[in-house]
Amino acid sequence: MTTSELTLPQARKKKGRGPTERRRVMGAGKQLHAGPVTYIVLTVFALLSLAPLVWTAIAASRTDRRLAETPPPLWFGGNLFKNLESAWDQAGLGTAMLNSTVVAGTITISTVLFSTLAGFAFAKLRFRFSSVLLLLTIGTMMIPPQLAVVPLYLWMSDLGWSNQLQTVILPTLVTAFGTFFMRQYLVQALPTELIEAARVDGASSLRVVWHVVFPAARPAMAVLGLLTFVFAWNDFLWPIIALTQQNPTVQVALNSLGTGYVPDQAVIMAGALLGTLPLLIAFILFGKQIVGGIMQGAIKG
Amino acid sequence: MTSSKQALAHPASSAEAAPGTPPGAARGAHGRGTPPGPDSWRSRLYRWDMKASPYAFIAPFFIIFGAFSLVPLLYTAWYSLHDVQLSSLDQQTWAGLDNYQNLLTSDFFWNALKNTFTIGVISTVPQLMAAIGLAHLLNYRLRGSTVWRVVMLTPYATSVAAATLVFTLLYSWDGGMVNWFLHFVGIGPVNWRESDWGSQFAVSSIVIWRWTGYNALIYLAAMQAIPVDLYESASIDGANRWQQFLHVTVPQLRPTILFTVVVSSIGATQLFGEPLLFGGVSGSKGGSEHQYQTLGLYMYDQGWIIGNLGKASAIAWSMFLILLIVAVINLLFTRRLRKSL
Repeated sequence: MTTSELTLPQARKKKGRGPTERRRVMGAGKQLHAGPVTYIVLTVFALLSLAPLVWTAIAASRTDRRLAETPPPLWFGGNLFKNLESAWDQAGLGTAMLNSTVVAGTITISTVLFSTLAGFAFAKLRFRFSSVLLLLTIGTMMIPPQLAVVPLYLWMSDLGWSNQLQTVILPTLVTAFGTFFMRQYLVQALPTELIEAARVDGASSLRVVWHVVFPAARPAMAVLGLLTFVFAWNDFLWPIIALTQQNPTVQVALNSLGTGYVPDQAVIMAGALLGTLPLLIAFILFGKQIVGGIMQGAIKG
Repeated sequence: MTSSKQALAHPASSAEAAPGTPPGAARGAHGRGTPPGPDSWRSRLYRWDMKASPYAFIAPFFIIFGAFSLVPLLYTAWYSLHDVQLSSLDQQTWAGLDNYQNLLTSDFFWNALKNTFTIGVISTVPQLMAAIGLAHLLNYRLRGSTVWRVVMLTPYATSVAAATLVFTLLYSWDGGMVNWFLHFVGIGPVNWRESDWGSQFAVSSIVIWRWTGYNALIYLAAMQAIPVDLYESASIDGANRWQQFLHVTVPQLRPTILFTVVVSSIGATQLFGEPLLFGGVSGSKGGSEHQYQTLGLYMYDQGWIIGNLGKASAIAWSMFLILLIVAVINLLFTRRLRKSL
């Protein structure tokens, strides 16, 4: 999957250096070139966004004792790899990374697949109760996860599933957000004539999905996949309750680190750095698509 | 609710139409060119496929939602009316409204409610205001506009746990970056862990850091959809840039602002990870004086640290009721706004 395949087809503007034709639907700001003040303020915001992460790396390259001294270190020391190794071994981050990859990967694949099917049905198919069911789907986003954790915990104990990954995977196999996201995309990206043409040929629903819907939904599927992976990797409440340090996801391992499991601040920072690294790499590679996805999802009806 | 049940009665019977197992007979219907003729078994199958397939496509979502959200939600209501202890899970005795009564007479509950509200306000209001300003700047024609946007979004990629661990160290008493900086500009050190407003501000700052860029992108998307003519007519009327922003941009963003306020309120009501990790070893208490114990934290503490799952269920339902009240207030507020426009 190349990045060019990932870009959304209705990208808002061409990246022409020259004077491109201006669309009539753009904020006035679009026509105005940013002045120096804008760049200065944006730079301050950018530094505020990045500084804590850069400083995490600096702190991870120091020692616990050095971090308790004043003034705090402002540049890298020579202890990075030693601390990364300690975090990997002591905090079980090796296992945690593997577990988080399995959990987030499974959730992403299944969410993208089922959200596309459900989104397609809501966008293009006529069936009884469809509008009520769509409203219900949107309404479920209001329900806080806290409302489910007590019974889920008790069922898990009954099944003897504590500390097993399926406990964390099953409840989020498909999300309301994903379903709604795909519906919004397919409403305008999938021409109804295409489906009708396939129908006239006598194609079954599955054939229509495979040959018409999936190809049309592909860019949005990629974006939803990225957003879902970020969400699943960072999920906190239920994993903290369902899993322990014996078989943690990255977030559970970081939680144990922070609650005195390893009292060494430099090792804790190394852990925080390791736990965020996969997503940072994803951002460097697909940042544009993730930004596009969030901006796409923002425009409601 | 009943309608969804009826709708779900279908897909259960059409489970074999689910992806992965195409019924062999349907294969025959794929003959190219002609649609099946009337009244053949093929056409009947085809019509059945047309009817049942939408339900089969939405079934996975509703099955997962039903099993892992809806049913647990009702069970939570049931447990909230019972005495359920972590130490003896099989003894669940009827308690009526005792758990709720317990809550209403507990200082810790009111404290958690107050903290949730305070932290919610001081993390949401500055965050959304900063996000609108940031979106306005990102809406100018910029060099490397994509890079700016990606950079502003990196905090969103940082997990609650990682971000909180880093900020906790930045706010520490000994050698903390924040206190060192304050000393540098001539202000005495603040005890970010113990003081009331200090700790609440520290927890809020983590939320602000993680979500400002995300909300800025949502506002930016809405800003790009504002028709240019509005600005043109405003500038003909002699409005300067600041007035244009105030009288064109902000009113046009109203629905989006409402949307972000609702989403942020939902998030603020559930705030859990930040205060838990900020508290360190006894994180679920939310500080030595419970000064930043939120409702989410209080529920976790009651349920899994103290081991009273019945009370935890009652707290969860209280949170849900509070959310509904917030939603209704938002709704009424919007109605008022619409009328006054």
